[in-house]
Amino acid sequence: MIATLLIALGQVLVAGAGAPLLVGVVRTLKARLAGRRGPSPWQPYADLRKLLGKEPVVSTTTSWVFRATPYVLVATMLVTALVVPILVARPALGFAGNIILLMYLFMLGTFFLALAGLDSGSAFGGMGSSREVAIAALAEPTIILAVFALALRAETINLGDVVERLAREPLLAANPAHLLAFVAFFIVMLAETGRLPVDNPATHLELTMIHEAMVLEYSGRYLALVEWASAMRLFVFMTLLANLFFPWGVTSLAEPVPLLLGLLALAGKLAVLAAALAVLETTVAKLRLFRVPELLAGSFALALLSVTAVFLVP
Amino acid sequence: MTRVPLDALTRAVVESGATGVTARAADALECRVAAREIPALADRLAQLGATCQFLAAADTRASSGDFTLVYAFAPVTLAPRAAVLVSVAPEDARFPSLATRSFAASRFEREIHDMVGLVPVGHPDLRRLALHQFWPAGYHPLRRDATPRGDFRDEGQPFPFRRVEGEGIFEITVGPVHAGIIEPGHFRFSVQGETIVNLETRLGFAHKGTEKLFATLPLDRTPALAERISGDTSVGHALAHCQALEALAGGDVPARARWLRVVLLELERLYNHVADVGMIVNDTGFAFGHAHCFRIREELLRLNERVAGHRLLRGAVVPGGVTGPVERAPLAPLATTVEALVGEFLEVAQLCLDSTMVLERLQGTGRLFTHTAREMQVVGLVGRASGIDADLRRDAPFAAYGELEVRAALYEAGDVWARTMVRVDEVRESARLIRAAAAATPDGATRAPLPPLSVGGHAFGLVEAWRGPLWHWVSAETPAKLARVKVVDPSFRNWAALEYAVLKNIVPDFPLCNKSFNLSYSGNDL
Repeated sequence: MIATLLIALGQVLVAGAGAPLLVGVVRTLKARLAGRRGPSPWQPYADLRKLLGKEPVVSTTTSWVFRATPYVLVATMLVTALVVPILVARPALGFAGNIILLMYLFMLGTFFLALAGLDSGSAFGGMGSSREVAIAALAEPTIILAVFALALRAETINLGDVVERLAREPLLAANPAHLLAFVAFFIVMLAETGRLPVDNPATHLELTMIHEAMVLEYSGRYLALVEWASAMRLFVFMTLLANLFFPWGVTSLAEPVPLLLGLLALAGKLAVLAAALAVLETTVAKLRLFRVPELLAGSFALALLSVTAVFLVP
Repeated sequence: MTRVPLDALTRAVVESGATGVTARAADALECRVAAREIPALADRLAQLGATCQFLAAADTRASSGDFTLVYAFAPVTLAPRAAVLVSVAPEDARFPSLATRSFAASRFEREIHDMVGLVPVGHPDLRRLALHQFWPAGYHPLRRDATPRGDFRDEGQPFPFRRVEGEGIFEITVGPVHAGIIEPGHFRFSVQGETIVNLETRLGFAHKGTEKLFATLPLDRTPALAERISGDTSVGHALAHCQALEALAGGDVPARARWLRVVLLELERLYNHVADVGMIVNDTGFAFGHAHCFRIREELLRLNERVAGHRLLRGAVVPGGVTGPVERAPLAPLATTVEALVGEFLEVAQLCLDSTMVLERLQGTGRLFTHTAREMQVVGLVGRASGIDADLRRDAPFAAYGELEVRAALYEAGDVWARTMVRVDEVRESARLIRAAAAATPDGATRAPLPPLSVGGHAFGLVEAWRGPLWHWVSAETPAKLARVKVVDPSFRNWAALEYAVLKNIVPDFPLCNKSFNLSYSGNDL
């Protein structure tokens, strides 16, 4: 029991404390690829500390939704940290840890963020919300399909079982369906975490923003929470990519040495994914907004092929 | 392109009843007509392809008892030009409007209506342009007797924007305070979904009384003020101002100074174009191109500092020539450095423009069709991207451009891509011009004394700065003090065209369109 609690705490800690570093590493890599020195990978921690020390300014026209949303965002992300196999295959809420729950935890955050964007009544928030919801609606079926392709091979929708099964039988991963699902999921991750070519996390142009437009009205500790939650969102998505598709190193044992090895394996896998993300973001331009559905449709097609392949390629 | 001969222009003005027709230079004439003849004259000149390119009003009641309007009619190449002086009686304070004939005239007339208080009769849209709603009615700051007032009250009168109504139409208001560090301007979008159906730009937030200030400063300080009209066009404005003063005083500029002015103006064009291309690709999210363009821009700014002692090239152009470190600048090594940097820039630009994803964002975005551009009398690089073949450096050469064969860039597409390509081509051309200038610049004096200004006269200074043609029109009160300076930055001419270029585009593409125009707020607001 105590071990389970400690592991749960460990997972939350790794996700919560590691997320800003992941964002920082991606930023640093992107700067280096563009030929700039860029900020240190630890910069997001300094930003969060700065924001936490600042007074939040809240528009008088907003309702409780605006003030509650940052907490909802952080809470949903912390709960996903208890569901997703970060260090161990079966974390604390692993019994409930199926793919459907995870999907709707993400959607809950998106839903509240979209409401908060509308709440302040500014034109930008509304624009951001409308764009975010349009993209989320297109991304959702792809996530489900991509993960179902895995679930079908592992014959379970429980994340822990999927991970254990794939870890036990690595040959299951040596399958075209696996690769297709990975690519589909990677594209959806770009959309869901507001990365290029869907959204530009570095832009200062209000009119082009999606995620940033919704959070434009936030300041001080609220903004810190929102930023932290979006960093965790990236972390969780990339961990899913790392551990669901390449589950090597994820342990089923609650013992110090396998846990430490699991942590190192995760760090290694995330570093590779972060580098891939940075390279991708450096080589592409942002898509015209109305081209984004085409990208997501492509991703959906890949996921669908992957599911089909599960039946066709034994 | 067929050139309109000056003779045809002269015949046209004489036949329209103009008096005192005199040739001012090889390609300019001056005349006087009665106010009521202006529309007929405009129609007559329009048949020759000459339209209203400039209009200013001066309060000359102290000297001649009336207000003076100065029109400049010219084809898009601005050569040849007819300057037409018109007297407006103070008790009447009205003159016939050309607004329905010339878009540029409609904007000039609105400005005159605000600033000098003369009424263009028949103007369909006399909403305020330069002044905001809190300026007291009947207070016109460019009248000589206008004194500072303390009764400015913002009574919350809203500006009467055009209203767009219909199902699913809503308004997005942006600015004047923006998320990025840019100048202040208000944009009112009417959109249907993400599609822009109307855009209105409200500027004037950077109004600082520049033209009034020119008339109060001693002559040795006016070039410095000109340099600060629009910080990124320091050389352009200083040069236009100095050329106007030299023309008014009849002063000479030594040959070496004329060549050095070419070098300075091209250095200014270079750093601005390089930065603009970087900003355009950055707006597509292509950070690589942005980082490298800004690295090259920084190298160019440091080069500026070595050459002229100032990163933005301030203080180098003065009446009668040039001054400062640029006098002794080693030009051959300068040209070599420029060529190396431009080579790097062209490589970066090639990388960016070879990316299909970047191209996809640039092509077809923010199209300003040639016919729209012609109707709106768009000038400068925006015009050259929309098929308007005009470049003062080639068509009405100033400084030492007459001895250089300037090749003007020209594209027909009118989209963001074309405006980017004009910049890339002009960067290449600037490097070539600097090399040619380095070879041709003679030794000798770099500055001649400026003779006293001729009182009662007036003069133009025209320069093709990096955005497009710049006008300074000056008249003197005493031999050492200016009476009126009218400045026209190309931004003033092109802002309204942006409203048309973005129609039917989607809202998230607006920043890209705006950046490809990259107009000055400060130069527009004055």
